[in-house]
Amino acid sequence: MEFKFTPGNQAKINDTLKKYPTKKAAVMSVLFLGQEQNGWISKEVMKEIASVLEITEEEVFGVVTFYTMFYEKPMGKNHLQVCTNVSCMLRGGYEIFIQVKEKLGIDNMEVTEDKNFSLEEVECMGSCGTAPMIAVNEDYYENLNADKVNEIIESLRQKN
Amino acid sequence: MEKIVLPDIKDLHKIEVYKANDGYTAINKALSQSPDDLIEQVKKSGLRGRGGAAFLAGLKWSFMPKTNDKPKYLCVNGDESEPGSFKDRQIFELNPHQLIEGTLITCYAIGAKTAYVYIRGEYHKWIKLFQDALDDAYEAGFVGEKMKETFNTDFACEIYIHKGAGAYICGEETSLMNSIEGQRGYPRVKPPFPAQNGLWGCPTTINNVETIANVPKIINKGWEWFSKIGEPKHPGTILFGISGHVNNPGVYELPSGTLLTDIIYKYAGGIPGDKKILCVIPGGSSMPPLRGDGIEGVKMDAESLKAAGSSIGTGGIIVMDEDTDLVKVLARIAKFYYHESCGQCTPCREGTSWLVRLLDRIGQGNGSSHDLDMLIDVASNIEGNTICALGEAAAWPVRFMVSRFRDYFEKRVKKEIVLPVKNKVHSMRDTAFPLDSP
Ligand SMILES: Cc1cc2nc3c(=O)[nH]c(=O)nc-3n(C[C@H](O)[C@H](O)[C@H](O)COP(=O)(O)O)c2cc1C
Ligand code: SF4
Ligand code: FES
Repeated sequence: MEFKFTPGNQAKINDTLKKYPTKKAAVMSVLFLGQEQNGWISKEVMKEIASVLEITEEEVFGVVTFYTMFYEKPMGKNHLQVCTNVSCMLRGGYEIFIQVKEKLGIDNMEVTEDKNFSLEEVECMGSCGTAPMIAVNEDYYENLNADKVNEIIESLRQKN
Repeated sequence: MEKIVLPDIKDLHKIEVYKANDGYTAINKALSQSPDDLIEQVKKSGLRGRGGAAFLAGLKWSFMPKTNDKPKYLCVNGDESEPGSFKDRQIFELNPHQLIEGTLITCYAIGAKTAYVYIRGEYHKWIKLFQDALDDAYEAGFVGEKMKETFNTDFACEIYIHKGAGAYICGEETSLMNSIEGQRGYPRVKPPFPAQNGLWGCPTTINNVETIANVPKIINKGWEWFSKIGEPKHPGTILFGISGHVNNPGVYELPSGTLLTDIIYKYAGGIPGDKKILCVIPGGSSMPPLRGDGIEGVKMDAESLKAAGSSIGTGGIIVMDEDTDLVKVLARIAKFYYHESCGQCTPCREGTSWLVRLLDRIGQGNGSSHDLDMLIDVASNIEGNTICALGEAAAWPVRFMVSRFRDYFEKRVKKEIVLPVKNKVHSMRDTAFPLDSP
């Protein structure tokens, strides 16, 4: 399917380009916009970005694969990121990861059948002092325990 | 004790409140002096970088060429991805204008007209908070072209946020520059150093968020005042982030040289259940771990920690109580560096994978004393043989933890300590080695 940026996003791209002396430098910002609009980074999104920024598709692909926050497949509407790095682990990060896995019935980097949830085990999120934590899409939930995790998932289910 | 970076002032993140507390007066003062004078003051203040290496900030600035044939840049490093570090986000949230003002002063001192504040992508909330503050500062005429009128000066400076996308390595200064340029975030071989050949081949200075946030107060209150706070060789306050097994984890701004035991017991409220401490990592997960029975009298500043056999790093203190499974902790740390290695250098790429596999084997109960020697051997072969310091970051925790806790690790491989295997986890994207036995 062909991908084109919306006029609103096109305007945002033009603003971003003003920040840098080269077009290429805008690639991460533009990828975030593409991901927001399309839900994930498809081949078509990369192709369009290459053409907008006048760089090769390989260059765009190289950037996409370097970072963990660009997804090359659709993730769930609620993307749950559970940190299991050391400070979280010391306060139950793995227990929470397992709890979420079992509750949703999916493994790392999988999506539920209704596409409502996906799960990712992530590295330190900078919440070590408020560990353990989960990020749901862009929002951090901190100082968690098993009950709070259940509440979060239930309330997300209800929102759907 | 006076706090410099995170003072207890309500709503300080609001521009009116910041202004009412001498905000944006330091930039005014700075603009009436020569850049060289400013660099000299920061040098004399003794301000050292808060991003890991504790390098003298003023000295770094003095490396910037005085010629103007190319544009110059400042990168403010807010990638904050080292496990155990969570202090810069406090600055974005609670005192963003002091960071903006520090950025302006630094740009003026080094002759840069553009600054990029690199913030890790996961910090959506803090990017927004910082962008809001930046918008207010632009609006008020403190940043950008309007500065000329506001401060009656020729100097103008733009500040932009560059959002990261999830890669620890981009906190390394040369990787950060490649990332801003829109390349894969591979670290560059040094020399040339960023002051000669940085962003787009132009002279560039990179400093941590907390380092820059100290600058306005140094200019306003004088280098002498700053140099007298805390330990003379590493003066000022430090944002200590303490996490793990303590009652009150969090960020505490304290004078450099504060006793590690005071931070743990007085400020962070001690250990839950009054347990003993097995191990403390004093400066983020890449720094050499200390034995809990050896932390009495250890002070938290660069020189004292060096003498104690570790390093100040980012000031992120991770505390582990006596019941902690150190093999699992070390395996998790090793796995992090394996996952984050960019793969350019063979010793780092292959070595980190070996470390994970060896620790995995030990964790599964199949390890031997020979494996412990091998861990130290592999770690030692990574150190010093790589392009960037991620090599050391991966090797240090392993080499120092195994050698300092040899008694513990020997008991583990000889199964004299048997720990219940609670979690069976296959984990991390792209990682083939599960931490626990399947
Ligand atoms: C693998 C690696 C990751 C790093 N991550 C960060 C980081 O997230 N933030 C930071 O300020 N410095 C980080 N650094 C250190 C930077 O390379 C650089 O030394 C620092 O930003 C300089 O600032 P300072 O002199 O003010 O401390 C990292 C270094 C390495 C080797
Ligand atoms: S040391 Fe590791 S992270 Fe650094 S450049 Fe080499 S492979 Fe990449
Ligand atoms: S270890 Fe989980 S947020 Fe830092």
